[in-house]
Amino acid sequence: MQTSLSGRAFRRIGHVLVITVFTVALAFPFYWMLVTSFKQNVDLYTMANNPFIFNAKPTLDHLTFLFTQTRFVRWLGNTTFVGVVVVSITLVLALPAAYSLARLSGRWGERVGIGIFLTYLVPPTLLFIPLSRVIAYLGLQDSLWALILVYPSFTVPFSIWLLMGFFKAIPRELEDAAMVDGLTRFGAFVKMVIPISTSGILTVVIFTFTLVTQEFVYALTFLSSEENQMIGTGIPIFLVRGDVYYWGALMAACLIATLPIAFLYNLFLDRFIAGFTVGAVK
Amino acid sequence: MLAPAVLYILLLVAGPFLLAIFYAFSDARIGNTQLHFVGLENFRSILQSPSFRIAVRNSFIFTIGSQIVVIIASSILAIALEQPFRGRGMLRFLMLLPWVAPIALGAIGWKWILDSIYSVISWVLVALHLYKPFGAPMWLGEPHLAIASVLLVHSWRLIPFSTVILLAGRTAIPKDIPEAAAVDGAGFWRTEFLILLPMMMPIISVAVLFGIIFTFTDMTVVYILTAGGPFDSTQVLPSLAFTLGIQGSDLAAGAAISLTLVPLLVIIAYLMLRVAHRAEVT
Amino acid sequence: MAVVETRDLTKVFKEGGLGAVNSVNLETREGEFLVFLGPSGSGKTTLLRMIAGLEAPTSGDILIGGRVVNDLSPRERRIAMVFQSYALYPHLSVYRNIAFPLQAQKVKKELHKEKVEWAAALLGIGALLERKPRELSGGERQRVALARAIVREPAVFLLDEPLSNLDAKLRASAREELERFHRRVGTTTIYVTHDQVEAMAMGDRVLVLNKGVVHQLGTPAEVYDNPADTFVATFLGSPPMNLAELAELIVGFRPEHLRPSSSVTGDAVSFRLKVENIEYLGAEWIVSGTVVGGRLGGKKVFSRLTSAQDLALEGTYDFAVPQRQLKFFDRSTEKRIEPRAVSLQ
Repeated sequence: MQTSLSGRAFRRIGHVLVITVFTVALAFPFYWMLVTSFKQNVDLYTMANNPFIFNAKPTLDHLTFLFTQTRFVRWLGNTTFVGVVVVSITLVLALPAAYSLARLSGRWGERVGIGIFLTYLVPPTLLFIPLSRVIAYLGLQDSLWALILVYPSFTVPFSIWLLMGFFKAIPRELEDAAMVDGLTRFGAFVKMVIPISTSGILTVVIFTFTLVTQEFVYALTFLSSEENQMIGTGIPIFLVRGDVYYWGALMAACLIATLPIAFLYNLFLDRFIAGFTVGAVK
Repeated sequence: MLAPAVLYILLLVAGPFLLAIFYAFSDARIGNTQLHFVGLENFRSILQSPSFRIAVRNSFIFTIGSQIVVIIASSILAIALEQPFRGRGMLRFLMLLPWVAPIALGAIGWKWILDSIYSVISWVLVALHLYKPFGAPMWLGEPHLAIASVLLVHSWRLIPFSTVILLAGRTAIPKDIPEAAAVDGAGFWRTEFLILLPMMMPIISVAVLFGIIFTFTDMTVVYILTAGGPFDSTQVLPSLAFTLGIQGSDLAAGAAISLTLVPLLVIIAYLMLRVAHRAEVT
Repeated sequence: MAVVETRDLTKVFKEGGLGAVNSVNLETREGEFLVFLGPSGSGKTTLLRMIAGLEAPTSGDILIGGRVVNDLSPRERRIAMVFQSYALYPHLSVYRNIAFPLQAQKVKKELHKEKVEWAAALLGIGALLERKPRELSGGERQRVALARAIVREPAVFLLDEPLSNLDAKLRASAREELERFHRRVGTTTIYVTHDQVEAMAMGDRVLVLNKGVVHQLGTPAEVYDNPADTFVATFLGSPPMNLAELAELIVGFRPEHLRPSSSVTGDAVSFRLKVENIEYLGAEWIVSGTVVGGRLGGKKVFSRLTSAQDLALEGTYDFAVPQRQLKFFDRSTEKRIEPRAVSLQ
């Protein structure tokens, strides 16, 4: 749209200003993690030094420390393990459920769908106390299996909600045709619906995984020993020895854990938005 | 095909929820095998405790305060990001980081930025001669500043989330509408406030309602940043429940405090369904 | 002084170039109804949007009321536009939709009610003022959009395919309503469409565009009877003009001028036609067939007849075209040239 010359210049300046201010405000902590990760301790802890620049030579000491002296690698492994198992459970439970909800017409199906959406709003901080007793009763204290048992309770509702949208977009005639051609309804689901929904399934895989990496409360409540931590709990709690913060290693760990998730997340952002906007965007 | 998922969710959401209610009316403690029904005793004692009242106050301050910051900031940012420009993809990635990073890791990044001695913010303020060396305030060590810090970290984390949702809302408005407004003689402000803002109301409510849930039920930011301190001044309901119920072994009190989240969650769920329903009608 | 004038107006798009406009010169006449007609991607909408100020020209000038308005925003151009979707503000009542341009252009508040009621009365929507757009029918929405356009008394109306969202039945009555509306207010109007029936029925003049280039500007009768080139000849008319290549010429004639020899009098060219298909369309018949022998031998042609009951499928008949109905085009430039005598035998 056209505006007069001065207006255009004014808006351009405003635009650049807004973008700059927000980028700096939002991304600064990550820039700070990056700088801190490579600074020598003498540089970090000398008050007279300008903290924005390297006053001493950059160092890989913190990274070496992180990978050799701490359980960081183990936590990455734990997180991946829990992530993969939870993703599998989520798919097994959510795919058939989302499909039947998408195909179930009428009030009943709608009500179950709403109910599932509402369970996604139930926060861990409401349930962690009774669940901690259930976990103890099952003998799963300080075990990754406790998380594997509990995490699907929030990944499944969110995944069902996302997948329902995908399945609803698949024309019914396609399954009807498959059934006329001799498949059962379940066969049609496995051989027709799942293959054409791969992008939806991939979306669910990514978001289930990120939900697992971002969870904090259950991991904090159920896990206690150092080697059984997830990245979200291990880094902020066990990289601190007593009152001593290993800031260089801490920041490096935060950055390393965040970046891969951020890349994946960005690829699937639009799908994710669709899961939140309910029906308010057409 | 729906049954396994529904059963799993019922067992791990509805079950623990009922158990929480049960605990809240009992004298359950970790290590205590005998349970007695104590009626409203737990609720009466938490209502009388000053730390509970502070937690309620803080929960509302953080939730309302951060939502005001988030909605204003993300509305501005969504306008700035709507038109394509060079480097938008990269900036979007950077701006999304606070939301994508595991919340505990983002918070620990801020803990370093707000460190009592080596805070970069303090360094800048000293360098600008606004404070004498070592004279800058302890950001997380003084109650009012600690409250402001927690509020800002919550806002920082939710701005990207709210922005992507509002962006989706803006792109869903047909381009004809702002163009018609321009032809009708409306300038930038008039178009934004009289035409686009009212049309965005449903999607803004979705962003706000999710934002309220994410902030109100979160204990991670407070737990990492201040651990509720100094002197319980930043304690919120979920972190208080954790402190009493898990660390203090008083399951009954913890469960009772968790349950105080429920009324607000019910209101939010109701409003969310109304927004979704309205969007379907129009 | 023309209300709207363009000088070498050009728009180049970075990718693809669809909808580009190439050096358009145009002058509207006072109070006329000018139609931009062309297939999709011909640049007709881009041209309109440049006049509205919603699109910046790559080069050339736009003048409104004799003043160059290239750098003026839409609000400063004294134009009104009706969009394809009508672009009614969904959250505002009909009254507030119509009042919006007044409010935006800071017309005194006391005048709003009077002006809105005047515009609403003009369009016969006085009873709908409290409704929201979603409670209106398609035809009512068009009237609200027109009322919103007229209320600020613009120098020119720009209409972008306003009938394309209506179903066929409603379209005829909405078209008639637009024509009456234009006769009543007499404001210069530019109307964009890809529908030749709308163009012929409504336009005082028609500007035929293709691939960003103006092919012809003339009254509906001029563009139909004397098309400037083969594009105009085939774009208008259904079925389109029959064209046949003869040496360095292209000869064309409209289907309605190709009739059985017995009903053609005076100077005419004739040939034999083998009838291959007959369609009965109620008021008329469309006959298609292949020319047998002569210089047009093997050429497929269409004929539009009021009666084809004497014709049978696969039969061969004598057909003729009056000499003065033959149009001639240069084969290399495809432009129309002076009539000449030819023999089709």
